Amino acid sequence: MNAFWIILTGALVATSCGLLGAFLILRKMAMVGDAISHAVLPGIVIAYLLSESRDVLPMLIGAAALGVFTTFMIEFLYQKARLQIDASIGITFTWLFAMGIILISLYAGQVDLDQDCVLYGEIAYVPLDLWITESGRSLGPWPVWILSGVLLLILLMVLLGYRGLKVTTFNPEYAAAIGISTVFWHYLLMSAVSVTTVVAFESVGAILVVAFLIVPPATAYLLTEKLHHMLLLTVGLGILIAVSGYYLAVWIDGSVAGAMAVTSGVFLLLAVLFSPFSGVLTQRFRQKAALVPPGE
Amino acid sequence: MKTAIETHNLTVAYNRRPVLWDIDFQIPEGQLIGVLGPNGSGKTTLLKSIMGLVQPSSGYVRLFGQSLDEVRSRISYVPQRESVDWNFPISVREVALMGRYRKDKLLGRLSREDHRLADEALEKVGMLPYADRQIAQLSGGQQQRVFVARALTQQADLYLMDEPFAGVDAASEEAILTLLKDMKQAGKTVLIVHHDLHTAHQFFDWMVLLNTRLIKCGPTASVFTAEYLKQAYGGQLTILSQVSDLVKARDFPIRERSFKDQPK
Amino acid sequence: MSDFFTFSDPNVRLVTAGTILLGMSAAIVGTFTFLRKRALVGDAIAHAILPGVCLSFMITGEKHPAYLLVGAVIAGWLSLLVMDYLSSRTKLSTDTAIGAVLSVFFGAGILLLTSIQHSGSANQAGLDQFLFGKAAAMTRQDIGVFSGVAAVLLGLVLAFFRSFKLISFDPAFAKSIGLPVRRLEFLLSTITVLAVATGIQAVGVVLMAALLITPAAAARFWTDRIQMMVVLAAAFGLLSGLFGSWISYTAPSMPTGPWIVVLLSLIAVVSVVVAPQRGIWARLRLQRGNARKIRQENILKAFYGIGEAADAPVATVSVDGLRQQRPFEDRALQLGLRELVKKGLLHKHKPGDYALTTKGLQESRRVVRLHRLWELYLTERMNYAADHVHNTAEAIEHVITPEVEAALLRELGHPILDPHDAVIPYQTPPKPSAS
Ligand SMILES: Nc1ncnc2c1ncn2[C@@H]1O[C@H](COP(=O)(O)OP(=O)(O)OP(=O)(O)O)[C@@H](O)[C@H]1O
Ligand SMILES: [Mg+2]
Repeated sequence: MNAFWIILTGALVATSCGLLGAFLILRKMAMVGDAISHAVLPGIVIAYLLSESRDVLPMLIGAAALGVFTTFMIEFLYQKARLQIDASIGITFTWLFAMGIILISLYAGQVDLDQDCVLYGEIAYVPLDLWITESGRSLGPWPVWILSGVLLLILLMVLLGYRGLKVTTFNPEYAAAIGISTVFWHYLLMSAVSVTTVVAFESVGAILVVAFLIVPPATAYLLTEKLHHMLLLTVGLGILIAVSGYYLAVWIDGSVAGAMAVTSGVFLLLAVLFSPFSGVLTQRFRQKAALVPPGE
Repeated sequence: MKTAIETHNLTVAYNRRPVLWDIDFQIPEGQLIGVLGPNGSGKTTLLKSIMGLVQPSSGYVRLFGQSLDEVRSRISYVPQRESVDWNFPISVREVALMGRYRKDKLLGRLSREDHRLADEALEKVGMLPYADRQIAQLSGGQQQRVFVARALTQQADLYLMDEPFAGVDAASEEAILTLLKDMKQAGKTVLIVHHDLHTAHQFFDWMVLLNTRLIKCGPTASVFTAEYLKQAYGGQLTILSQVSDLVKARDFPIRERSFKDQPK
Repeated sequence: MSDFFTFSDPNVRLVTAGTILLGMSAAIVGTFTFLRKRALVGDAIAHAILPGVCLSFMITGEKHPAYLLVGAVIAGWLSLLVMDYLSSRTKLSTDTAIGAVLSVFFGAGILLLTSIQHSGSANQAGLDQFLFGKAAAMTRQDIGVFSGVAAVLLGLVLAFFRSFKLISFDPAFAKSIGLPVRRLEFLLSTITVLAVATGIQAVGVVLMAALLITPAAAARFWTDRIQMMVVLAAAFGLLSGLFGSWISYTAPSMPTGPWIVVLLSLIAVVSVVVAPQRGIWARLRLQRGNARKIRQENILKAFYGIGEAADAPVATVSVDGLRQQRPFEDRALQLGLRELVKKGLLHKHKPGDYALTTKGLQESRRVVRLHRLWELYLTERMNYAADHVHNTAEAIEHVITPEVEAALLRELGHPILDPHDAVIPYQTPPKPSAS
């Protein structure tokens, strides 16, 4: 049963992150996603301190605030201070992350977070955090419920906002020309990324969230030619990664989240080599086949 | 003749460096208009400021005598081909269908009519056979034609196209031109950024000659003269670019606040 | 505080020396990373080093810094190659390639690290310090290795300084003059990997990017010269290392690495705000200066206009008269008048009554001259209608420098009249031959 909960958690994280990540990588904003995933840390700690609990709502608010702040700060450094974009991103997230770590050390007694968990989470503990009703019935682990809720919101956003996201991602100038607010969709996406990062935080940590944000959609991107196929494939890959990652972790007795990141990398490698459209080896085979005259 | 586009004292700057100075012109409806000028003369910027994609430092634009927001659904914009990532996972038909997207109509299914319009537009530009292709698998000229198809799908009255002939072979050029002439016959106004001086005077009824400042705007015969072309293509005005540099370096306002003009 | 800064405690000496060494060498190498716009690549290398460190521990069973460094450098290099391959050979964009490599390599590192921890190997304790750095726990052996590496890095940077400068600035040009660009890039990348592999000992893999980039970014605000940038970046690295160690010395529960990064960020923020020329404050001051100039010159022009109409250049003018000449904002007008009196350009006869001084008259002529010259330039050279040029000239007259004025006069041939047939006022009337 534990295995089931852990895999389910992994799959939920991978799906939520992957759906958002698909738009991030198409917008060439993968590293902004990376920055946000680091930068929410102080938001989480402050929310802990203010609300003195691990309640979801204050955490989400803290995280969303920090996520938006991160995009603001990056844009401020880039546009107002005229610093180059890569340095703006790098400075912003390292600074915020360092602040988060310092806050954790300062309030070590009050904050139930340790440094390692910040990096790679504790997905193995997920099955222990059960939701027990008044009558003593167990409804399964809390994180699974929360992650499902977030996934539902993201699905809603992607389904209802599909056209808006698509056109502002593909051709922002055209979108603006027909009166669609690119700023609105930009910040909607960024807030969704922040919120997802936070709920995924406990199970997979700040940095491995990035693996789920970027790698499955990148893999799907190499394998498809239509946006909705890419999204569907990302979801499928997410589930596959969760299952295979779990068993890899069991096999070498290591971090489940780490193993999931590794298996996602394996899938990406396979796609790079064998994609029917652009695979390195596929193309080599094709060239060979083309050299053979037909009919022989 | 009614006025399709009117710019008044339009000045646009990037990072405070002015790239368009005080552009003032009026263009009548129902014409095929060419915007000409050397590289970096601000043609794209002019189109973007007409579409509200860059904020002018001063001046304003009126379309059909109204502000952009009031007539947005009647305007269609074809960006320069470099403005999108052609590896985006999207098919030719989907791009054309984007012409049916509306600000207030992002939800709900696209109707059969929408699909018909998109296919019709693809047919017109000769891209229907490629409708299901991913857009990276097209030649440059074909990509350009997809953009034109999207614009046609919009069913607008005023079309602003940024170099639709770039990378297009002679046959396609001819085809697109015929299409544009048909549109003109149907009373549409088409403004086109164009690079090729050799073909320009055959293509257009009306011209806007630009080089940071407006050189001349008027019927082709009156604009396309050796004198004006020399002014436009004879290089930048040194003093003007010196002053532009000063404005940027010293962060000066291009307009004093009390003198910012507003539409009356 | 004094306790720390006497450096009498050998442990303090060790730790401080170590962090400073690492901070400075990362900052120096990072200057080139910054200039080549590869800040995030640096971040990815730092993350990707983790599996290398773990693997070399698994193979050798030891935590000797030299062994770990070898593993780190190999993994760092491998990640660079993969990133390069993904972004050049597949349709993935650069940032996606960076993010994918960063997270997958780091995931592999975490997997190995946790696996080592679970295996109960007696020797493994402390390996996880690579995550956040172990500045406070550096040993004599560590410092030995770091000094060696730092010396090599510094030597290479000095030896190849001009080539590195060129390939960071303009690789195409470097190639055209026959520099072996590919080999130099290889060398620079190796140096970067080395600097990162040692630097993570101070701040850990996650924050390493800051050690590399932030000092250079801060330095960029103070100077345009690359030599100066390197020196400043090194100084910032030194300062943050020093005070980072001090903070964790006075408050032992405080982690050194994150403090170093926060201090560096602070230096960067201060630079963004106060640096001369590039800083935000300097720009605001420039803008305020511009506003002041515009305010004063507009008032002078109003005086000139009134004087011109009445044919009495230095006549006394009332505040109301000025307002009729031009719709001034009340406060700006009062302020401007005070400033002009102070500068000796106006006499104040009695409250509300002013007149130009000789100097003021000259200055007002200058402004009006520029205005009319620019109007003429617009009509003559830019085909504007005469009734369209006033507004632009209103703004540009304040911008024109004496050099541009001279160029305008040359180009227009010392004209007498502006497009509205108003006389262009010269300090000394132009010689008839000039027109
Ligand atoms: N986003 C931007 N930021 C800063 N400067 C810009 C930007 N876009 C354009 N410019 C500058 O503005 C000037 C005008 O550019 P614009 O793209 O409008 O020229 P163009 O006439 O369309 O040129 P082309 O024929 O090459 O398409 C150029 O000098 C260009 O360098
Ligand atoms: Mg252009």
